[in-house]
Amino acid sequence: MIDPTNFAAILAMALVTYATRTAGIFLAGRLALRGRAAAAFEAIPPSVLVAVIAPTVLATGKPETLAALVTAIAATRLPLLATVGVGVASIVVLRALLL
Amino acid sequence: MDPSPPKSIFREAGDGLRDIFPLVISCVPIALLFGALGASKGLSPTEVALMSTLVFAGGAQFAAIEIWKSPAPIFLLAFSTLLINVRHVLMSASLTPKTGLFAPWQRFLGFAVLADENWALSEARARLTPLTPAYFLAMGAVFWANWVIFSTIGAFGGSLLGDPRRFGADFAFPAVFIGLIAGFWKGRTTAITVAASGAASALAYVTIGAPWHVACGAIAGIVAAFLAAETE
Repeated sequence: MIDPTNFAAILAMALVTYATRTAGIFLAGRLALRGRAAAAFEAIPPSVLVAVIAPTVLATGKPETLAALVTAIAATRLPLLATVGVGVASIVVLRALLL
Repeated sequence: MDPSPPKSIFREAGDGLRDIFPLVISCVPIALLFGALGASKGLSPTEVALMSTLVFAGGAQFAAIEIWKSPAPIFLLAFSTLLINVRHVLMSASLTPKTGLFAPWQRFLGFAVLADENWALSEARARLTPLTPAYFLAMGAVFWANWVIFSTIGAFGGSLLGDPRRFGADFAFPAVFIGLIAGFWKGRTTAITVAASGAASALAYVTIGAPWHVACGAIAGIVAAFLAAETE
């Protein structure tokens, strides 16, 4: 079942999202970046990724902060799936110990 | 840089599937959780499936569920979605110059499922070898279908699994992101970027609240990189 208002809301979310995903196609040719601007542009991926998870990592609780630290150390020497495994295991252990 | 010639379509698609596989697996509990939360807010499984199909943006969808009520606040939901997803403008602008092998329709179709994960993998791929439509579309299709299927299953019965925190499944999402951040590490400038973005995001989260933390953190990190960069 689909409620008409819910449908409209989902459609609005979808259109906004598609617009953000394709807007960069039109911008790309105009961006010829060097020096500091290039460094800023290269910093976009880590900046955004950090910004999305910072509330979980820094403003949720001690187990989350410590588990993120453990995961970050794991990430420097393990592939992605193993890193995720370490992260999930460490949060379970830390929550059991600290709560 | 002298890129090696692209491999066959099947090899490229296979590489895409291999690279996305860990993320597909780690998204399963997150998708189940999303579906269960959506159902708890009164969305039908059809509506959950529709949202995952058309929006396909985990962060924005979780934020939407957080503020969802009946009747749906359309403008607020669209605005929250814009704030969280505005990063896609930068991501697609950054990836587009690496899609020289794509036909325009492949770009407009493929970018419909552009997400943090497949974008990060594509950027990493483009540093090693030319990015092909086969690699990008195979990866994107599987990642998208996985999200739709498991969020729908979650809407039907995710709540039966109980609290995802018991298995630490909720931490899979930040753990994936930490792993991806490590892949972008370039030394001092990245460290300063990460510190600035993390501090600004957490501060915005506790003072202004979601979803502003994403835009605040991202801007702080980008400005920090601009200031910290060593120029010749």
